[in-house]
Amino acid sequence: MEAYREKLLLDVSKLPSVAIGRRNVSWLGNIFYMVIEGTMFLLVIASYFYLRSRSVDWPPAPYMPPALRYGIANVVILLLSLLPARWIQKRAAAGDRPNVRVGLFILAAMALVAIVVRWFEFGALNCRWTDNGYASTVWALLGVHTGHLITEFIETFLIGAIACTPKMEGNRFADADTNSVYWYFVVATALICDLVIYGAPRFI
Amino acid sequence: MIETREAQIVEERAVRVRQGERERLARTWAHPAGFWGWFTNVSHTAIGIRYMVTSFIFFLLGGVLAALMRLQLAYPEQHLLGPDRYNQIFTVHGSTMIFLVVVPMMFQGFGVYLVPLMCGTRNIAFPRLNAFSYYVYVGGGLLLWIGLLLNIGADAGWFAYPPLSGPQFSPGKRVDFWAQMITFTEVSAMAVAVCLATTILRYRAPGMTLNRMPIFLWEKLVLSLMVMFAMPAVMVVSSMLLLDRLVGTQFFNPAEAGDALLYQHLFWFFGHPEVYILFLPGAAIVSTLLAAHCRREIFGYTPIVVSVVATGFLSFSVWVHHMFATGLPQTSESFFTAATLMIVIPTGTQFFCWIATIWNGRLQFQIPMLWVSGFVATFLVGGLSGPILASVPVDTQVHDTYFVVAHFHYVIIGGSIFTMFAGLYHWIPKMGGFLMNETLGKIHFWLFFVGFNMTFFPMHILGLRGMPRRIYTYPPEMHWSGLNLLASIGAIFMAAGVLVFVWNFLQSRWSGERAGDNPWGAGGLEWATTSPPPEYNFLELPTVNGREALWDAAPNQPIVVGLRSDIQELLVTHSLDAEPQLKEKSEGHSIWPFLAAIAVSLTFVGSIFNAWAVPIGAIPVIATLVGWLWPRGSSPPAPEVVGKEA
Repeated sequence: MEAYREKLLLDVSKLPSVAIGRRNVSWLGNIFYMVIEGTMFLLVIASYFYLRSRSVDWPPAPYMPPALRYGIANVVILLLSLLPARWIQKRAAAGDRPNVRVGLFILAAMALVAIVVRWFEFGALNCRWTDNGYASTVWALLGVHTGHLITEFIETFLIGAIACTPKMEGNRFADADTNSVYWYFVVATALICDLVIYGAPRFI
Repeated sequence: MIETREAQIVEERAVRVRQGERERLARTWAHPAGFWGWFTNVSHTAIGIRYMVTSFIFFLLGGVLAALMRLQLAYPEQHLLGPDRYNQIFTVHGSTMIFLVVVPMMFQGFGVYLVPLMCGTRNIAFPRLNAFSYYVYVGGGLLLWIGLLLNIGADAGWFAYPPLSGPQFSPGKRVDFWAQMITFTEVSAMAVAVCLATTILRYRAPGMTLNRMPIFLWEKLVLSLMVMFAMPAVMVVSSMLLLDRLVGTQFFNPAEAGDALLYQHLFWFFGHPEVYILFLPGAAIVSTLLAAHCRREIFGYTPIVVSVVATGFLSFSVWVHHMFATGLPQTSESFFTAATLMIVIPTGTQFFCWIATIWNGRLQFQIPMLWVSGFVATFLVGGLSGPILASVPVDTQVHDTYFVVAHFHYVIIGGSIFTMFAGLYHWIPKMGGFLMNETLGKIHFWLFFVGFNMTFFPMHILGLRGMPRRIYTYPPEMHWSGLNLLASIGAIFMAAGVLVFVWNFLQSRWSGERAGDNPWGAGGLEWATTSPPPEYNFLELPTVNGREALWDAAPNQPIVVGLRSDIQELLVTHSLDAEPQLKEKSEGHSIWPFLAAIAVSLTFVGSIFNAWAVPIGAIPVIATLVGWLWPRGSSPPAPEVVGKEA
């Protein structure tokens, strides 16, 4: 007991209990998931170029490269979606529930539009997944990314729904901020996938 | 007289305050009771022990399969097992030991249980994700084993190369069970990697800077990053295989611009880091145990940490040495030979540091140290046959022979199973609060050690004599009979050793000597609490003054105060210097991770039979995730208190 009384105390009672951004623990977890999923994208892309190196023509004749129109439309939508994503981050840091809610629903709506356009994008790939190795990797790459779009739509919508209730407080604002960071990842991977899917058959 | 009375009053008050704090913490962190309570528990100690018990059960099951194979091969031309059953047994044996035993035991089990204790915190980061990972892992194990028990088990080897595993040569569902088991176990391991890396970087006790972090934590951090970079490869490749088999993609079909070798590249991009994912936890256990049982800080802390990091990097540059027999260009063969040989440098560095620690320490030769010695001997033999196999001409000669079987059993059993037992004997007193019986522990060790060498050393010679892997029997005129019989007798010794361990565990659990808080006099923070630890881990959160926290503690080493005990609050510290930054409410116990794991498992299994299972299964998966993430109770105060970090 004497030892107990002699111990020095490190008082942490004044520390904050909510942080937004890099100090938040979920922020780091989110980064780790981006590492995992980014590695998956890179491996599918590596598979694409590996198969490319084994084939004389690309796409293998008589297939045509994917049509550009829906791909370009989606790039525009995704780039525009960066605006509400960034706005959510700023409003979340200020604890501004009404505007965070609006931002989340705008972002969810844009994600939904991107998913619908993606549906048409698959139709414009000029191949089916069963055709050959090229077609399989193109479908796989776009498929993996579409999976990300769908999960991100659900997550954004869910946080938006929470923002409609009084439960939108404290760490939920941090969740909205982290969600935007993840959205940037989804947009960045979309751009890289598009470069591969639309660029490689034309230029490499 | 008055002063003495005052001092007594202060002391009594301090006792009451501590007792009140203890009771509040016990209430706040209590594990849920009852049948459903078991499924809602997200405590790291509970999940860590479940990982260890489950993976040990799979170890016993995988051992039964090994015993069946040795029984079959003891004599030539036996027909105890037919070729089809034998194929299933060696496939499920290998897959079980790699995916369901060593990684879940050494990475998930030891990691989930020990990392928060070693960090000096009260729970793991993302405890619900951690609990979810366990149930998904169990789902993967059941899938593989139910297939085997129904005689439709996976049968294309533990790495399932196409075209053998493709739709043309492996019709039916056998390979699908294997490929989907991979998805289960890798989802689980990657989730734990995120939990452990975050715990290590954000929940370390104040004062535990990176430079003071125990080697065990360094290794778990490096390992988590390796899992994050390596395991996506096997998920991608097993998913591609499933797609080729189920929906007609052409990834591995050379007739349609696919390539069978793509599978091998992707598989071994995972597979070789996996070898170090199997070995590094063992190395970390050795470094930790040597310090504790030699009564000195580990020799060469910095070189060991650098070696662990270097091994992590190098492990990603050697995968092609598994493919020397596939006809690669000579330049890449030379590069990968050199890269493989380079692994000797960090591994050798660790060996020399361990020897120096023993040399200069006051060695206490208890059971855990016996296993460490066994590890050094066996891993050395396995390690030396590694560089031999890294040489392309030798590798081409002994490829797919028992020489390779001998090599990787020396490396994996030496590096992982010997160290697993070392770790179990060392930390079971902490986890269970009882000491294991020394005599039975020695009998276990000697039976296993002698049996192991009897079983696997002759396989080197069998391999050099040309005995191929994966044959279910052989004719007597090959002259392999004597060595095979010797190997099979060795397997009986090993099995007897493991049974002695199980008996020792059960007996010690019921009637063993109580362990006390720190039976080995070790220096890590996990020994700063009772054995077994209370639900809240530490009554007073510690601070750290050196690499061996307990040995280096100042007489008046500060303790952390100011965390709330009425909610599950954790202290978050800076990633590098472990300065306190934040108090965070931990996620509480919940049934949703279990329900989400059920929904995910049913979707995975259903997708083997019908692709529509994915969109249909997505509905319960989403529903359970909403239940999981929907906030309950109130959150701490609003963020304007903190603002955004610059």
